[in-house]
Amino acid sequence: MKVRINGMERELPEGATVAEALLACGAPESGVAVAVDGAVVPKARWAEVVLRPTNTVELLTAVQGG
Amino acid sequence: MDDRLTIAGREFGSRLIMGTGGATGLLELERALVAAGTEMTTVSMRRTDTSGGTGVLDLLRRLGIEVLPNTAGSRTAAEAVLTARLAREALQTNWVKLEVVADDDTLLPDPVELLDAAEQLVADGFVVLAYTNDDPVLATRLEGLGCAAVMPLGSPIGTGLGIRNPHNIELIVARAGVPVILDAGVGTASDAALAMELGCDAVLLATAVTRANEPARMARAMRSAVQAGWDARLAGRIPRRFWAQASSPDRDGANG
Repeated sequence: MKVRINGMERELPEGATVAEALLACGAPESGVAVAVDGAVVPKARWAEVVLRPTNTVELLTAVQGG
Repeated sequence: MDDRLTIAGREFGSRLIMGTGGATGLLELERALVAAGTEMTTVSMRRTDTSGGTGVLDLLRRLGIEVLPNTAGSRTAAEAVLTARLAREALQTNWVKLEVVADDDTLLPDPVELLDAAEQLVADGFVVLAYTNDDPVLATRLEGLGCAAVMPLGSPIGTGLGIRNPHNIELIVARAGVPVILDAGVGTASDAALAMELGCDAVLLATAVTRANEPARMARAMRSAVQAGWDARLAGRIPRRFWAQASSPDRDGANG
């Protein structure tokens, strides 16, 4: 299935979880936050929240900024 | 008066908060942060695939500097609230520098969205440090909503125009019951000193240091300026006089 992650369509296996999406994107393990359809998914739930093709996922981390 | 800065019950030995924005490299940033003596610094939240700057967290952890995430890039209260919540998840802190700007040309805070976001974030348990216009009324409203600090601008972000309306900063200071942190517009050391002389509790700056020819040297200058302005404020300046007043004794021996 295709899921929109950080503005790009990405191919993920059916039933992929947030945790699996992070892995597929090569995101760092710490210092990252995830929003699915505009709502924060806490880290404790990454392994259980299953993504759907209609989902929009944002993966954010801290960068330099004033 | 205590020499330590207290925000929401947390104490800081330094009254200079240096942001990480604008630094060209991590090594240069590290030298500047160390020279500034800052104990808390800002970071922004961006997509993980955005190029550059993601090693900053490791650096701050190594230097033992507190991380203050900002909501830079937000145009609406909804965007700012989501960014703050994501930052809380990613960085395990409920502190946030709330920044909601109106447009790209001025980067001035949007007061309506700012108040809305501040209210939501305070209700959600955040310690909110609100970047605001140099508007005494708005600052009072933000404090009333429960913000832990108000951060009025000296002039628009990145302009280096200094403090354009010192009297407004003094008005904000005069009525504030929470720390006032001058944020944005500092161009050089005298701007930082002036902020403290006007009664601000701290100064937040980034590009004045990171985009200086010698960032570490400018960071050191800012550190000295903040300390100098703080001491001058506490020492109590002499009143301004229109006419001269001799500081040496008269020739006949009377004191001048």
